[in-house]
Amino acid sequence: MPEGTRAVLEGNEINRALTRIAHEVLERTKGGQDVTLLGIPSRGVPLARRLARLIERVEDRTVPAGSLDITMYRDDLRSAPVRALGRTEIPVGGLDDRVVVLVDDVLFSGRTVRAALDALGDLGRPRAVQLAVLVDRGHRELPIRADYVGKNLPTSLRESVTVRLDETDGYDAVLLGPARPSPSTTLNRRPAAEEPPSSSPSTTLNRRPAAEEPPSSSPSTTGGND
Amino acid sequence: MRHLLSTGDLSHDEATLILDTAAELAQVGDRSVKKLPTLRGRTVVNLFYEDSTRTRTSFELAAKRLSADVVNFSAKGSSVSKGESLKDTALTLQAMGADGVVIRHSASGAAHRLANWVDGSVLNAGDGTHEHPTQALLDAFTMRSRLGRLEGLRVAVVGDILHSRVARSNVLLLTTLGAHVTLVAPPTLLPVSVHTWPCEVSYDLDAVLPKSDVVMMLRVQAERMHESFFPSTREYSRNYGLDGERLSRMPEDAIVMHPGPMVRGMEISAEVADSPRCTVTEQVANGVSLRMAVLYLLLSGS
Repeated sequence: MPEGTRAVLEGNEINRALTRIAHEVLERTKGGQDVTLLGIPSRGVPLARRLARLIERVEDRTVPAGSLDITMYRDDLRSAPVRALGRTEIPVGGLDDRVVVLVDDVLFSGRTVRAALDALGDLGRPRAVQLAVLVDRGHRELPIRADYVGKNLPTSLRESVTVRLDETDGYDAVLLGPARPSPSTTLNRRPAAEEPPSSSPSTTLNRRPAAEEPPSSSPSTTGGND
Repeated sequence: MRHLLSTGDLSHDEATLILDTAAELAQVGDRSVKKLPTLRGRTVVNLFYEDSTRTRTSFELAAKRLSADVVNFSAKGSSVSKGESLKDTALTLQAMGADGVVIRHSASGAAHRLANWVDGSVLNAGDGTHEHPTQALLDAFTMRSRLGRLEGLRVAVVGDILHSRVARSNVLLLTTLGAHVTLVAPPTLLPVSVHTWPCEVSYDLDAVLPKSDVVMMLRVQAERMHESFFPSTREYSRNYGLDGERLSRMPEDAIVMHPGPMVRGMEISAEVADSPRCTVTEQVANGVSLRMAVLYLLLSGS
C-alpha cells in the first residue's frame, strides 16, 4: 500500500455493508419481486453477484444478476484512447417491466450512471431503475443520486478512492489514497474510480485528466467507473 | 492502430482485441434496438471502385449500427467515370470531412496510397489481388466461435490463390494467431512468391483434407483471368472442388468456409454448400459484428 493510503472499509466490513443493502433492496421493493441486478464492469459485476447471493440467503428468493457494459455509451470516448469493451450479460427474461438495480463500486461524477441509463433504454423498458453503490464519494457533475449506499465517504477531489474485491484482486478493501503529486493534473476533472485490473493492487487510482488514462491497448482495460 | 490496410500489420494482441470486441458487439444484433450511439456525428465514406454487394452492405450496416453517417460512393455514376483520379477523389472526400474511408479498388496498393492522402482512417475492403483484411478477420472470428480456438488449428485454403486477396490476408492473420495454413491449388494458380509466405503449399487436395480442421474454398476469379490456367472447368472441379464424398473424409467436426460468392458445381458442390458444416451465412452475419469492431477501434478514441 503506498504511503498515506488508508483503508476505509476492510475485509468483512464490505460484506456487512452489502448485507445491509440487500435488506434495504428487499424492503424497498416489497420482498425483491421483479428485481434484476445489473453490475457495471468491472467491479460492479462481482458486487451484483454478491448482492444476489445475500438476497437469496435472506428471503430465499432467486434474483437474476447480470452485467451492463457502458463503454459504448460514454461521453468521453473521443477524448481518450480507444477502450476495450466489457461484458454485457442480460439475464434471461430481459428487462421489460423489471425493477433494475444498477450496481457499481464507486459513485463519483455520475457520468457512468448516466451512460448506464442510456444503455438501459436500448435494451428494454424497466418498470423502475435504482442505483446501489458500495461507496459514494461525492462530487456529482450530474443530477444523479444512489438509492442504496454502502458507505458515504466525503473526499477531496484530489484524493483517490480504490475498491479491491476478492473476485478481482484477491482481497476486500476500500482504500482512500493521498492527493497526487502534481495538483495541476487533478484540476482537469476526469472521473475514474478504478484502474485496469492489470496494474498492481498497490497502485491507487486518482482522478486524472483524460490524457493520462491508462493505455487501453490491453484488452483487460475497461476504463474507469465513477 | 490508425488504418487497417493489411492483416500483416496486426500483432497477436491487436488481432485478438478486434475479435474480442466483435464478440461483444455481436450481441447488438439480437437486441430490440440494434444501434449504439458510439460513432454519432462521425462520417464514414464507402469508396467502391469494384462491384461488391456483401462487403459494401456489411460495412454500411456496421457503420449505421454505430450511429455513424454513411456516404456510399461507387465509381459508376460518379466523377470517376468522367476521369477523376483516386487522389482527387480522396482530396474531395477529405474536404468533406470524412472520418473513415472504406475503400475497395481493383489496383493492389490503392488503400495504402489513399492512407497517405487523407487524415481519416483508411479501411482496406479489398485492393486488387493483394489483401482483404476484414474478410480474414471475420473468417478467424467464425473459426474461433465454431471451433473454440485458433491456436494450433489446421486450415486448408483451396482454389485460386493467385488472384485471391482473401488467401493472403488469411495466411498472414492466421499465422499471427497461431494456426497452420496449407494452400492447395494447381501450380498455375499459385503466386510466384508463394514460397516466401508463412505457410505450406500442396497440389493434392485429397492428401490435405483428412488432416484439416477447416477448409476454405475460394472462387476461381474468371474476371481477373486473361489466359487459361487449367484445361477445363470440369477438370478443375474434379481435382479441386469440394463435394460430399471429399467432405466425408475430413475430421468429423471440421468446417467448410467460403468468402462468397460461391459458384456451385465448380469449387463447391450444392450438397456441401447447403450442409450444416458450411459456415457461409454465419460468415456474413459475423462480418457485420467484425466490421463494427474495426470501425469502433479505429474511429472512436482520440
